[in-house]
Amino acid sequence: MKYVIRYVKPHIPTMIFGFTIKFTGTILDLMIPYILSYIIDEVTPRNDIGLVIRWGLMMAVCAALVLVCNVWANRVASAVSRDSIEALRHDLFYKISYLSSSQVDAFTIPSLVTRMTTDTYNLHRTLNMIQRMGVRAPILMLGGVVVTMFIDPWLSAILCFLIPFMILAVARISRKSIPLFGKAQIAADAMIRVVRENATGIRVIKALSRTEYEKDRYETVNSRLNAAEAKASITMAASGPLINLMLNTGLAAVIVVGAWRVSTGAMKPGAIVAFLTYFTIILNSVMAISRLITMSSKAIASAGRVEEVMMTPQDMEIRPWTGRPETAPGASPDAPDMASGKRPPHMEFDHVSFSYNKRAYNLSDLSFSLEHGQSLGIIGPTGAGKSTLAQLLLRLYDIDSGQIRIDGRDISTFPLKELRQKFGVVFQNDVLFKDSLLNNIDMGRKLDMDAIDRAVEVAQAASFIAGSGGYEKPIAVKGVNLSGGQKQRVLIARALAGRPEFLILDDSSSALDYKTDAAFRRSLSQSFSGTTTIIIAQRISSIMHCDKILVLEDGIPQGLGTHEELLKTCDAYREISTIQMGGEDL
Amino acid sequence: MKRKATLIRIFGYLLQHKRQLAFILSLSFLGNLLALAGPRLSGTAINLIAEGMDGSMDLPGVYKYAAFMLLFYVSSSLMSYAVNVSMITLSRRITYTLRKDTFNHLVTLPVSFFDGTTTGDILSRISYDIDTINASLSNDVVQVVSSSVTIVGSLVMMLRLSPRLVLVFAVTIPLALLLASYLTHMVQPMFRARSRAAGELNGYVEEMISGQKTLRAYTQEERVIQDMDVQNKKLVDAYYKTDYYASIMGPATNAINNLALALISVFGAILYLQGAISIGSISAFVLYSRKFTGPIREIAEIYGELQSSLAAAERVFKVIDEPPEPADLENAAPLENAQGDVELSHVSFGYQKDQVILKDFSMKAPKGSLIAIVGPTGAGKTTFINLLMRFYDIDSGSILVDGRNISDITRKSLRLSYSMVLQDTWLFYGTIYENIAYGRPDATREEVIAAAKAARIHTYIESLPQGYDTLLIDDGTNISKGQKQLLTIARALLMQTPMLILDEATSNVDTRTEHQIQAAMRALMADKTCFVVAHRLSTIRNADCILVVRDGNVVERGTHEELMRQKGFYYEMHQAQYR
Repeated sequence: MKYVIRYVKPHIPTMIFGFTIKFTGTILDLMIPYILSYIIDEVTPRNDIGLVIRWGLMMAVCAALVLVCNVWANRVASAVSRDSIEALRHDLFYKISYLSSSQVDAFTIPSLVTRMTTDTYNLHRTLNMIQRMGVRAPILMLGGVVVTMFIDPWLSAILCFLIPFMILAVARISRKSIPLFGKAQIAADAMIRVVRENATGIRVIKALSRTEYEKDRYETVNSRLNAAEAKASITMAASGPLINLMLNTGLAAVIVVGAWRVSTGAMKPGAIVAFLTYFTIILNSVMAISRLITMSSKAIASAGRVEEVMMTPQDMEIRPWTGRPETAPGASPDAPDMASGKRPPHMEFDHVSFSYNKRAYNLSDLSFSLEHGQSLGIIGPTGAGKSTLAQLLLRLYDIDSGQIRIDGRDISTFPLKELRQKFGVVFQNDVLFKDSLLNNIDMGRKLDMDAIDRAVEVAQAASFIAGSGGYEKPIAVKGVNLSGGQKQRVLIARALAGRPEFLILDDSSSALDYKTDAAFRRSLSQSFSGTTTIIIAQRISSIMHCDKILVLEDGIPQGLGTHEELLKTCDAYREISTIQMGGEDL
Repeated sequence: MKRKATLIRIFGYLLQHKRQLAFILSLSFLGNLLALAGPRLSGTAINLIAEGMDGSMDLPGVYKYAAFMLLFYVSSSLMSYAVNVSMITLSRRITYTLRKDTFNHLVTLPVSFFDGTTTGDILSRISYDIDTINASLSNDVVQVVSSSVTIVGSLVMMLRLSPRLVLVFAVTIPLALLLASYLTHMVQPMFRARSRAAGELNGYVEEMISGQKTLRAYTQEERVIQDMDVQNKKLVDAYYKTDYYASIMGPATNAINNLALALISVFGAILYLQGAISIGSISAFVLYSRKFTGPIREIAEIYGELQSSLAAAERVFKVIDEPPEPADLENAAPLENAQGDVELSHVSFGYQKDQVILKDFSMKAPKGSLIAIVGPTGAGKTTFINLLMRFYDIDSGSILVDGRNISDITRKSLRLSYSMVLQDTWLFYGTIYENIAYGRPDATREEVIAAAKAARIHTYIESLPQGYDTLLIDDGTNISKGQKQLLTIARALLMQTPMLILDEATSNVDTRTEHQIQAAMRALMADKTCFVVAHRLSTIRNADCILVVRDGNVVERGTHEELMRQKGFYYEMHQAQYR
């Protein structure tokens, strides 16, 4: 909460201004019933119609001023919420944009999206509501009580007696129903899960004719949701009638006590009339406060979630680059010596180990090096750590021990932007954005058209792009309007277009047929021969021509060498090869 | 009027609970009437007090009216609680029915509906849209009744108190109407614009956060933040604009109330001086006038809510009105003890009427044969699965199983004659055991374990702390891709059917397991007619017939050797692998 309040702070002078206007308006509002009782008790006995009209005009003027003040104050409040939430949302998105990938994994993507949207909407609405009602309702309530004290302290005592009970009732009911709404949300999630499973698994469900079973399954979650929501709503539904009842009981008490006071001559009947009006005003303000409490409890939860993201410390430190390699823990002591004049390898993994959950290693003790222009193929089963390796290179995650070096320099000493601009990369299941095809390739880098054309050519995408609307073709979210093969070719073009030092292709030609895949590989080796390339694949044909092939299994390197060498020395590689190439023994 | 038809249909749901609805409406009517009596009673009591100012006060009379007030208010509060509770129950019951109707219809829809509709869209209809309808039902029905009772009732009461003083409303009612029309015509469209802006921001944020790794790899954080600022600005401006105009509502209603109060005070005082009205009546009149103008704002709000809930209802009814999978033919008989002789005879098919994919295609797959379907991605290989399983119906020609036209066979028995393993593994929230036994709930535990053993997943399952009772959460995110694949293979192995459909099923399994599975698969395939969408040459090589699909058409067919001799597209694909 504290953090979010920080965004309101710069607007405090404006808010105080708004509150002052609101305060004035509310006090004037409270004056109106007072004038009414004055007219009845003091003016009418004088039998002066002119005076009555003058006091009536006074009320009308008050009413007009109240209107102006309230509208004005509300608009000031809207501007304050607009500006604070705009800044908050900007900073939140900024923060999310620079979270490290392991931090994103820890939050999960859907949860970050919710924090950016639903939570900031909640905060916006509540901030607005608090400014509008948070001042007015308590003033109406307290001011009402104060004014009634001037009218008659005895009658006022009835109110003072009732108010704590009303607040208690509201608080009790909210405290009981808020967790119930939480439970209802869980039930709603379960209901949605069943629908989602049915929508995605409809072929299997129909194939196995389990429609009736699914209906039963849905029946269970649906009735559970129904019961949970009914329980929460019914609990909440008590608060309105209860407050109403208390205040109206108060009204009856006012009549009784009022009668006694008037009969003793301590009070005039006009006061009772005004009193009844104040009671209605106070009733409405208590209702408003109860709504405000419900809303704030949601907003506090939202603020907490936003704050959690904002408070996440930056975890990828850029280490100083001294020009000399420092020996990292686990790295070999004979790290390259820049002074010797020997050109270091373009890229080097030096005893690298990494774990996502910091329990079991996803990559352990991996070492290899690539010279300028060399290609590396990585093959191995799912979960072997192939994609992890690519993400470590881009420093999406920090390694646990060892060192990754580019031109002899530890990658953690490069500013992130400088490091990542060296790469052209296609991730496994990479995404296209809702934008034009050209912008999806260019990715905001303002590349020249020649480079893009050449990249498209090499990626074997030229003919399909020309045939389907050219560069300006709009791409839908996640590229759903392209086939799998088309998507991959656009992604490859994106990676190539920046003429990167390093090219990383993670399972990025799996949807291409053998022929297109082969044409792409041929064209790549001709046009991008100077680019150091890493190809990650399941298909041996995609990597067998690489200068080096790394075989990974469970994060442990099984072999490193050329196709021919590995066939001789590496069992795992031979096995993959036999299965995929259709050895005669099968 | 489409809106009108939708409204009538929602009322249809309400009318299913006629008695409860009648109970609620009459109770609400009564409760509001009772509440209306309050000011009148307090007015009478005040009159007694005012008359007794000279010392001869009728205190018992005052107490009597105070007791009446208490009685009326207590019963009115109890009734309003009862109304709230039964309305919640009623609207929940309708929501429940609506959800049930939607879901039960959803699962009968043809596969083509799910191919053409995003999951998110379906989810938002069954959750968000139905919630919107619920909110509007539970508030608006009661609100309309209580608002109208209050308006009419307080008007009647005020007329009885002083018809001349009612003329005050000749000034305030037109103002109130003006305000209501302002709200519906000016502010409602702004609310819609605001929802649109929020929708755009949601979409943008979701897309950008999902693609964060790519954006980072291409160092696009700054550009995306700038774009996001534009969306953000648009949204907060939309918020501000609605707030700016809507902020008039509360104060203006209040001002109308205050204006009425001022007018009543002045004219009331004048009438009082003329002896035409008592103090108690003025008091009662003031209270009624507050009640009278209150509902104006509510009605304007209800109008807005009703609009959005009608739009939501339209989206829900659209699903309910989708034509379901056509029923089996009347004389359709179940397929029993199928042998597995499959034949396609002069089949033509297209997903769209103007785009024919299969033209006059014929093929025989005798019992126990292996048919492989190969070709580039997106060439239409899955079309065969869709047709064999009758997920889609062919346009002309016929598909025969054991010589019987499949349109004369019940869908259920046809589909249960196939085991199917698809590329996208599908697991649901449930235990591993339930997931394997999904196709055969009658299977014994031994059979399930045997299937798991054959799929080479038994040892893994046993190594889990809960074994077969391990709960799979969120589509099995707690187990690896390969293991998910093995579970769906186990599920298919349990089916013991004469026919088998495999869609690149082994591509996700790690090399070693794949090796073992292929052995198990061959044993399973031995006595089955198999249709395999394949990438692996080892599967293709011993196929009885290979169909080479390209751009939706079968361009070549034959055994591996025949196709290699033809030196056509298959040969090129095959050679490309070694180049």
